[in-house]
Amino acid sequence: MSDSTRLIMVAVGGQGNLLASSVLGEAALLAGIPLRMSEIHGMAQRGGVVESALVFGNARSSIISDGEADVLVGFEPSETLRGLNKCNAQTVIITNLSPLPPFTVAIGKGVYPDMAELQQAIRSRTARLVAVNAVEIAKTAGNVLAVNMVLLGALIQTGVLPLTSAHVKQAIQTKTKAAFVDINIRAFDMGYEVAGQHR
Amino acid sequence: MHKLLTDQPGLQMVMLGNEAIARGAIEAGVAVAATYPGTPSSEIANNFFQISRETDLYFEYSTNEKVALEVAAAAANSGVRSMCIMKHVGMNVAADALMTLAYVGVKGGLVIVSADDPSMFSSQNEQDNRYYGKLSGLPVLEPSSVEEAGEMISHAFELSETLQEPVIFRTTTRINHSTAVVTLRTIRKQISRGDFIKDPFNYVTVPAVSRRLHVKLLAHLDQAARCSDESPYNIVSGNGSWGVICSGVSFAYVSDAVQDLGIGDQIRILRIGFSHPMPAGVIKTFLASCQKVLVVEEGEPYMEESVKAFAQEAGLTLPIQGKGEGLFSRLYEFDPRMVREVMASYFGVPCPAKPRLDLSGVPEVPQRPPNLCAGCSHRATYYAVKKAAEGMQTIYPTDIGCYTLGFLPPLGMGDFLICMGSSTGTSCGFSRVTDKKVISFIGDSTFFHSGIPGLINAVFNNHNFTLVILDNGVTAMTGHQPNPGVDMKLLNFQDYGQVSIEAVVRALGVPHVAVIQPYKVKKSIETLKEAFNFKGVSVVISREMCTLYAKGFKKTKTRPYYVSDKCKNHRECISQLACPAFFLDAAGAVKIDPVMCAGCAVCAQICPENAILPVKA
Repeated sequence: MSDSTRLIMVAVGGQGNLLASSVLGEAALLAGIPLRMSEIHGMAQRGGVVESALVFGNARSSIISDGEADVLVGFEPSETLRGLNKCNAQTVIITNLSPLPPFTVAIGKGVYPDMAELQQAIRSRTARLVAVNAVEIAKTAGNVLAVNMVLLGALIQTGVLPLTSAHVKQAIQTKTKAAFVDINIRAFDMGYEVAGQHR
Repeated sequence: MHKLLTDQPGLQMVMLGNEAIARGAIEAGVAVAATYPGTPSSEIANNFFQISRETDLYFEYSTNEKVALEVAAAAANSGVRSMCIMKHVGMNVAADALMTLAYVGVKGGLVIVSADDPSMFSSQNEQDNRYYGKLSGLPVLEPSSVEEAGEMISHAFELSETLQEPVIFRTTTRINHSTAVVTLRTIRKQISRGDFIKDPFNYVTVPAVSRRLHVKLLAHLDQAARCSDESPYNIVSGNGSWGVICSGVSFAYVSDAVQDLGIGDQIRILRIGFSHPMPAGVIKTFLASCQKVLVVEEGEPYMEESVKAFAQEAGLTLPIQGKGEGLFSRLYEFDPRMVREVMASYFGVPCPAKPRLDLSGVPEVPQRPPNLCAGCSHRATYYAVKKAAEGMQTIYPTDIGCYTLGFLPPLGMGDFLICMGSSTGTSCGFSRVTDKKVISFIGDSTFFHSGIPGLINAVFNNHNFTLVILDNGVTAMTGHQPNPGVDMKLLNFQDYGQVSIEAVVRALGVPHVAVIQPYKVKKSIETLKEAFNFKGVSVVISREMCTLYAKGFKKTKTRPYYVSDKCKNHRECISQLACPAFFLDAAGAVKIDPVMCAGCAVCAQICPENAILPVKA
């Protein structure tokens, strides 16, 4: 387990985490780092949770067991919290802070957790929590849909993955639409910077 | 050019398992491919559909898996390399063709992809299709990784041609939907035209012919057993005396566990990639060199049963275990930690583990179940049906597609489902033995797939129910594939026919047929009421294009709606429709997300205060 790095990304359908994994996949190829990943497609995507597992290094498994993620990226805060079962005390966590309450909340079948409590619950159990307002940052970068790129920037800044900014940016150029490349790179840089200031 | 056609051997590409399989087939010179879409197999065919527009590959979305296999069987018996792709339960539909095709065999290679779904991420069961190999007498190949899946396809075609039999290529979700780096190999020139040589005494399976063909099949099976024993895909590694026999993705988990447990010197692994017939000689030799053996396989104890039988034949009495308490389950998929823990306990070595987090006291996270999309026409139909059936005791048999999600609250439309097409057949049974009003649901693609025979049965046997056909003009659930009712001209295809569901239903002699536009709520309720009151078989076709699919054809977005200050917070919109575009703001007032709102206006029609209005341009 020591020579591999395990990343879980959790998001709500439509938040662009599949593109984020595809960028990381390409970056790993460019960097010559073995990578396996797995995603759940199909029924789970109809407004449900979309989870990607990415294993960098020589491991052969493409999925990550409970308690074994080295880093967790949550595109939505309550999903980050739900993803805690994949984490352990050494796990680094990056989360977006903009809630997308599930529909069950609107019909009174659940209560959205308090944001301060949510962050405290994560921070007190894991190695590091980088909480960023990725939606605001993406807007500033020029496109609200660039949340995924902001989070990738923050992820790379933590240094947990064996990938450099240069590789990821190169992958963003080939894997994302030409018209959005500049905005995406800007969003990535801003995410990287914000995570660096984060204590 | 499609990326899977890249003709640069040695180039490395990041590929989804299903892309690797499609690429492997292209490298093997596949010339005909047929499918009925089903997760987790769908992307193989989606890629073939695109590739068929650029090459001589003939690809089709067939009406169902049985038809797909028959198309491929004929092509293969004309000497053309063919492929048939389906999810595991599709094999049940194709089984009638499969069982006797095994007797007839093939001339050109035929590879049947069965994508199994342990854990049922998007399936109604988790059956283990390796047993289809045993049942039919056909060889089964199983890759353990994305790269191997791509490479093994060429071998599957060669094996099929050597044995003159179809080969079952069995994958699981974690192969189909995993991604890894794949190295491109040379593309073999495709031979797309064949010829069928008449030979009725070997092709027409009347009893006298089949009696001989069964003998031939058993001879092929013997030959397959020899191939399995010599197969480069049944691989032994390590020199230890603790044996592990595994297949598919379990091999990855076993390999990682050996590293993590540091037991490389004690372990000997037999990875089975050719799993029917099982390699008797290889297994007996393997067992003879082991003190004890653990069989690691997801699903049923398919290998375990064979391995124990081989041990008996060889007079070996070593412990062999796989499924059982404290060992592996027949339920759900495996994961690395589970395999590591069972191996550690079985072989009696310490298991290093990162402690799981103590999650007591963590705030509860609200559930996020999948939901029908904002503006989905199925929601509108379900609402209208519910209103039209008010006061009736009802049973709602449903079927397979996005609309199955209607069984969740608050819609609660869906009471019984077993397989594709079961809505029509089960409606016949329910209406015969109960006094309740039976109203069933089926989508357009599922209707063509296997709903029609049940409806014919209903007309002939004079059953009493209403079938609502949810015609959203595409096979939506699996990613918007065409079906016989789809207008292919919308996609700029000119050489397709189109089958009208309404014409089919009328031609079957259904005595009461109506069509509704579900976004017109009041009119739909009236029409449905008439159908529900009809004694006998009635069909209501609810016609409205899938809102996600329609987006691709619209130049401008339909105007979204908003909740005006006339709202008295009855929340009927939320509690009855459960459209995900609704949300409650901080003050608890109902709001509509303008980005999500598809402008279907159904909520505007049911609001008692008429408070929901279109956003002004």
